[in-house]
Amino acid sequence: MSAFTFVGARVVDPASGTDQVANVTVSGEEIVAVGTQVDGTAIDADGLVLAPGLVDLHVHLRQPGREDAETVQSGTAAAAAGGFTAVCPMANTDPVADNAGVVELVLRLAREAGHCDVFPVGAITRGLKGEELAELGSMAAVGVRCFSDDGMPVVTARVMRRALEYARTWDAIICNHSEESSLTEGAQLNEGEASSLLGLAGWPREAEEVMVARDLILAGGLGARLHVPHVSTAGTVALVREAKARGVRVTAEVAPHHFTLTDDLARGYDPVFKVNPPLRTKTDIEALRAGLADGTIDAIATDHAPHPGEQKEQEWAYAPCGMVGLETSLAVTLTELVDPHAAVHERGDGVLSLLEALACLSTKPARSRDIAGHGGPIEPGTPANLTLFDLTASWTADREQTQSRSRNLPYHGMTLRGRVQHTLLRGRFTYQDGQVA
Amino acid sequence: MMKHLLSMEDLSAEDVTQILDTAAGFVDLGERTVKKVPTLRGRTVCNLFYEDSTRTRISFELAAKRLSADVLNFSAKGSSVSKGESLKDTALTLQAMGVDAIVLRHSESGAPLTLTQWVDAHVLNAGDGSHQHPTQALLDLFTIRQRFDRIEGLRVAIVGDVLHSRVARSLVQGLRTMDAEVTLVAPPTLAPPRPEAWGAAVSTDLDAVLDKTDVLYLLRVQRERMAQQFFPSPREYARLWGADRDRLARLPQGAIVMHPGPMNRGMEITAEVADAPNAVIGEQVRNGIAVRMSCLYLLLGGDG
Repeated sequence: MSAFTFVGARVVDPASGTDQVANVTVSGEEIVAVGTQVDGTAIDADGLVLAPGLVDLHVHLRQPGREDAETVQSGTAAAAAGGFTAVCPMANTDPVADNAGVVELVLRLAREAGHCDVFPVGAITRGLKGEELAELGSMAAVGVRCFSDDGMPVVTARVMRRALEYARTWDAIICNHSEESSLTEGAQLNEGEASSLLGLAGWPREAEEVMVARDLILAGGLGARLHVPHVSTAGTVALVREAKARGVRVTAEVAPHHFTLTDDLARGYDPVFKVNPPLRTKTDIEALRAGLADGTIDAIATDHAPHPGEQKEQEWAYAPCGMVGLETSLAVTLTELVDPHAAVHERGDGVLSLLEALACLSTKPARSRDIAGHGGPIEPGTPANLTLFDLTASWTADREQTQSRSRNLPYHGMTLRGRVQHTLLRGRFTYQDGQVA
Repeated sequence: MMKHLLSMEDLSAEDVTQILDTAAGFVDLGERTVKKVPTLRGRTVCNLFYEDSTRTRISFELAAKRLSADVLNFSAKGSSVSKGESLKDTALTLQAMGVDAIVLRHSESGAPLTLTQWVDAHVLNAGDGSHQHPTQALLDLFTIRQRFDRIEGLRVAIVGDVLHSRVARSLVQGLRTMDAEVTLVAPPTLAPPRPEAWGAAVSTDLDAVLDKTDVLYLLRVQRERMAQQFFPSPREYARLWGADRDRLARLPQGAIVMHPGPMNRGMEITAEVADAPNAVIGEQVRNGIAVRMSCLYLLLGGDG
């Protein structure tokens, strides 16, 4: 079996907490050595960070049903280009992934594409209607660990409580789209100064917080596992922090756009900035960053939500919510949160150390969802799921330069720092020198 | 002059004054037997209306015709729009036909700004969602100036469903640009979030502001808001925030009452107030034509 060695890489591994310059040898599907050896083909990795492959808890691959927006093939290719080795697509496809058949279809399409491991999220309720539980057991039997009606909240407390309770059979995770929909009827933009001046119906932060508070109480009472998706407000951060402190089994994620962009961007009415939950304010951004820094928020997840051009080239109110993010998540995180001059364990002028940032992008999301073989550690005998990136390389985000079928990128034209060079899935290059393999 | 008229936010005090001064020259025209000047002969103005509005459309149509422009009326009903054509494709069609100006009325905020990215024509916002209705604000400013010979320093109370009102958003900006004082009076459920960003004071107590009001501006309150729990009943609304004979009597000498129409008599305004001598609602409508002529003239008149 042919081996190759990344020579002179800066190995940053949140799983073991290590930061060292070392050579990493891969043979077959596994890492076989970390040290000074040069076995097999030498690949110069001088100046590159070598880290566990990134793990995204929240993406929309749109297949089956909306292949004009994305397919499993194109979405996982975008994931590989973004440094990801595992992604978790949501269930809101057409038909809905509320049964083992659709889950198996997505798994098969992902295997055929071969760009990235895919861990489908199953629906909590049939057709995402929030009324009858889907057959969680049939989906658990084909590997589903997390259930969500993402995009649609589980409206009634009764159904939510039953789902949390029933999922304990597999110690599975319930992830509820946190939105009290009676407070968001017709809502278009975070309720605040921008919505007030723009004449767009306000989307109050309380709509999110009311639902999160309810779910934390329910999960806490049952000892069940809850995951809070796309945290967008300071109030939600406080709720999750308080719940963790009293031992609720909760994990939480934040999307890069929520810790970088504000509702002021809606002033040009460009629907590329329309997203659910909506972009909030500077105060929220500060709180979300503090939540990442103190561990309240476990994971950075993209909520990659592709939409075809004609859907976004509309009046703001008619355009669907969502942004793509798989190819910019690492760079946005590094640019906004990490001081490139700080030592790897230190924050310097950043919000997170490099080690912490990679933990939020890889190790912690993998652990929070029981995904084995991803998120490190980088040690002999572990699967070679890796990403190599240039920490300091600057580039301009360009919506046309993408593996995705969609172009709804809010960072278009922005200068970002940190560029993926290679991604490996079980020892095989899925992305190499700017090309999807 | 700017290329488009989208929002009062874009207009300086000089711009507003120029528009009002120009409009003053057009007012007399409406009194003549021949109500027409050749200024925009050979130019094409399209009224693109995605929302029913007979009053505003007719006013724009008259304004364009009195300037001798050719006028197209494109209503969303019974057109390609009702067959699912997007705003973009409609815009590209009008662009290909070479219209010089598009007057857009749309039920969604921001549509006129969105439209400008697809057309070379001048775009005039004739009301977009809850966002802006700049020609309404300008005709209101014109009417106020006509009555008081100034706008600066006047105390204006805008009463009613401010939250959903494009009239309020544009008028407040226009009044602030011209250095008037503005108080928004509304039930808290119908006041906008973060009103300090508007540069206006807020009150829930209409009776407390009446004696400090030069212009009482009443907004239309849609009955459907009641079903959405913004207020419990029309009767209670009228009692707390409606203008009636008693409240009219408490306005200072010389104060005026305005309304953008169409009125809900018995809701935000009683018949006695609507028909009172110091109500200038008819003048607002009359001045609307002159102000819209002024806007069309200033936007299109400079083209080669």
